[in-house]
This record gives sequence, structure tokens and C-alpha cells, in this order.
Amino acid sequence: MEDKKEGITGEYGETAGKEEFEPSLVGFFCNWCTSTAADLAGTTRLQYPPNIRPIRVMCSGAVDPVYVLRALCSGADGVIIGGCPPGDCHYISGNYKTRRRMAALKTILKTLGLDDDRVWVRWISASEGAKFARTMREFTEAMRKKGPNPLKNRWSI
Amino acid sequence: MPTSVLIEVGEGNLREGVNSFLRSILEKKMLDALLVPLELPSGGMTAPALVSDPAMLGNANPLAPIMTVSTARLASSLTKVAASQRKVGVVLRPCELRALIELIKLKQASRENLVFIGVDCYGTCSVKDYNRLCQETPAPAEELLKRVKSGDESLLRDACRVCEYPAPINADIAIGLIGTDTGKGFLVRADSAEGESVLEGLGLKPGVAVPEKEREKAVAELAASRTKNKNELYSRFEVETTGVDNLLSVFSACVNCHNCRVACPLCYCRECFFDSATFDWEAEKYLGWAEKRGAVRLPADSLLFHLTRLNHMATSCVGCGLCQEACPNDVPVFPIFRKVGEELQKMFGYVPGRSLEDELPLSVFREEELGEVGES
Repeated sequence: MEDKKEGITGEYGETAGKEEFEPSLVGFFCNWCTSTAADLAGTTRLQYPPNIRPIRVMCSGAVDPVYVLRALCSGADGVIIGGCPPGDCHYISGNYKTRRRMAALKTILKTLGLDDDRVWVRWISASEGAKFARTMREFTEAMRKKGPNPLKNRWSI
Repeated sequence: MPTSVLIEVGEGNLREGVNSFLRSILEKKMLDALLVPLELPSGGMTAPALVSDPAMLGNANPLAPIMTVSTARLASSLTKVAASQRKVGVVLRPCELRALIELIKLKQASRENLVFIGVDCYGTCSVKDYNRLCQETPAPAEELLKRVKSGDESLLRDACRVCEYPAPINADIAIGLIGTDTGKGFLVRADSAEGESVLEGLGLKPGVAVPEKEREKAVAELAASRTKNKNELYSRFEVETTGVDNLLSVFSACVNCHNCRVACPLCYCRECFFDSATFDWEAEKYLGWAEKRGAVRLPADSLLFHLTRLNHMATSCVGCGLCQEACPNDVPVFPIFRKVGEELQKMFGYVPGRSLEDELPLSVFREEELGEVGES
């Protein structure tokens, strides 16, 4: 059987029957900064697209790269990791480790000709609700432009 | 000035010459045992063995162009629980030595009381090719040496054809073949104080003119020609392997046996994440995946496995290519690991096996670095 191409609901997808492609996005946000910024964005009623599925983690350093790979292989159109700005990690150095790990992960994807721009890392502090909302808008728009993740509907991966 | 001696041998007696050098180390009790490939009683094939009786070294074949298992792994098994108080010499190819340096840094082996005897390597064959070579000639090591020196690399494994490290680094004692007339002799050089004391104890004194300059030149030339091969491999990699379609086609024969991981000297986890309960799913989960895409390939997650393995070990990948040798279905995994490893190593300015002092890239960080990660 051929891999199914278009018009099928992917694991996170609701692409069927829509004119414009709506990306399915996964976000890993640290408890202390980016998740708090998400709360702030919410309480200040800032609008951002509903495409993002936020997952709160205690630290961006707790995001094993395999989580990101798993999401991409399962058909997520993009993954964004949000952490405290470098120097401000609640656990002192977790985000510095995130930075090396994600740089490595992106290099692996890029070298294999997989789209590493589907993985974003952003430092968004607790007070930056507006930046959170803006970043989610930018991320959604960028992934919408890219179109569906080519791994999305491959049954044979 | 390190001790550096040319040990002369008669024509066609290279193996015997190296063996008697090794034997003298045990006979003079400079070391208590040697981990070295021995020819098996059944003939032809060699396997690494821990040798305590010097008489056994008549069967040694450290130059045999075959590497069924990385000795780095064996040195890890030997020392991981508790290193011995006795001194063990480990005879290693350059890639095995580099892998062992990585394992020591990963705390999977102990440097204590090990003496590294590094041997120049012109490359190794697959088990099949080695068996064939053994049937053709009683002296496969010398035969392959001759062929490779005359430019015929057809019997070498892919990994060896593109290896730029034909000479050992970080050895205590180096056994040199490159740039030496191996019909007449081979080079023995002390590369550390430990190695120096062993050679002194053997009564080896620098009496013969040693072609060190010529050797350096020959090593550089060989490395350059291998680098050329490597760049050709990378060009093919760009065309044949990159991109979703190519990758899925490369892995199409993968059956998730994980033999590549077993053979890899650097994959050391006692329980691999992919063998863990994380990947035990209920039937409903599989059915859900099947429904979402129309079908799900089983066993599942082979691309995820390879990507994750790259993520775990490619910063330390020494490019030995044993992953590809271990594959029952000839999946060409070697170029992927070599190329991705090189890109990662370049990014972190890291060379696996270069030094025990270099920090493992994913266990440290700098405050001022990688500013591009996190910036829009």
C-alpha cells in the first residue's frame, strides 16, 4: 500500500477538508519561564493561534531530544521548545544544556536533509506574555507556510 | 627523545616479528597479560583473547585485516567492574584506541593499569572477504598489505577506505608499518613514559636509524588519499541518502534487530531506551496508529531508533563502521553515522579519541556560545 498523502487526519492533524493548511504543533515549555509567560498571555487576553499543543516540563533541560523526534516522526508539523533566557535558568544551567542538545539535534536533522527549521528553540521569560503570544503567531505562520511535515502520513517509517 | 626502534625481520616474516616482539613483553614480565587477536584453532579466523602465557603468542595475528568486534568494548568489559592491579597490554587498531578513549571518558572503562599498544592499520575486510582471503593465501595480513600498498583497496570495508586515522594516537607503544619497508622490518616507538619503561625493560635501544620523517610523510599521504575517498562518499551521501524519501529507502530493509547498536563500541547503555518498557504498547495503540495512516509498519519506529542512536553517540562516533558490518540486511548505516558524526564533531570542535582531557560535548556547556539557538 502506498503512503497516504493528503486529506487524511494525521496523528495531530485536522487538515481534512480545510482550504488553508493548519499545522499541528507541539510546544515544550519550562515551568518557570515560558509556561508562566503563557499564563500571562492568557490572563492578559492576548490572542494567538490554537495550533500549539503546550506541554509543561519542569525545565527545558528536561526535554529529551527523543521527545522532539517522536513528535516529528508521529506527524507534528513543528516542535517548539521554550525555556528561560540563558543565565536565568531556575536550575542554574538547565537551558545551557538544552541549547547544546537542541543544536546537536538540529544538526542531525539538517545533515540528513530533514527540515531542522521545524524545530524552534526560544527563550521567553515569565514576564514576556506578549513575546509568548507573538512567538506562537510567528511559529504557526512559519509552519503553515512550510506545509505538512513530509513524515506525517508515511506508514512505513 | 622517545625510544623509536626499527625491528628487523626477514622477508615474509612480519607477523612472526611482531609476535616475537609481543612475546618478549610477556617473557620479560614487563606486562602481565596481553589482549590481542589470536588465530583460532579452526584456522583462518582470529578473535581477540586475553593472553597470559607467552607461548600462546605464536598464534597471535595482530595485523590480520579483520575486526569482528571492537577491542575497545572488550577493554571496557575487562576494566568496568574493577581494574586489575596487574598490568595488561591492549593491542588496538587506531579506531579501537580512539573508541576506548571515548569509553574511558564515558566512565565505561578504566585507564588504570592498561598499556595501549597501538598498531598501524591499512584497513580491514568484512568477515566474508577475510574468509575468502584466508582460503587464497596462508598470509592474509601480508597479502592485503601488499594489495593496499599497490593501490588495490577493493577488499577494504567502506569505513576503512575512508578512514583518515591509519596511525594510532594516544598509544603508549606504537607499532608502525606505514612508511616502513614491511618486508624488512617494523617500527616500535614509545609514545609515553609507560611505553618508554616497557621498551627499556626489553632492552630496546635506539641504535638503528628510524625513518620517522618518512613515516610522517607516508601517514599524511595515506590520510589524504582516504580523505579523498571520504569526500566522494559524502557526495554520494548527499544524493543517495538525504531527504525523507532517500532515508526511508535506505532504512527499508531495517528490521529493528538493533545489531548495529550491539556492535557499536560506543553504545554502552545497559538497557537501551528502545528495549525499555517505554516501547511496550497495548494493541489499541498500534491500531490507533494504523487507523491514522491507513497502516503502520511493524516493527515500528525504525527511523526513530536510528535518529535517537545518532543523538546518543554520534558526537563520539569514531567511524569504525562495525554498525554496518553487523547489519543482517546490509543497510548502509555507516555513511550516515560517519557524516552526521563529523558534522556534530565539527560544530563542537571535538575530535573523538584525540585526548582524555577534551570534554564530551554533551556533558558540558559554555555560557557564551550557540547564540543562534534561541534567536529568531
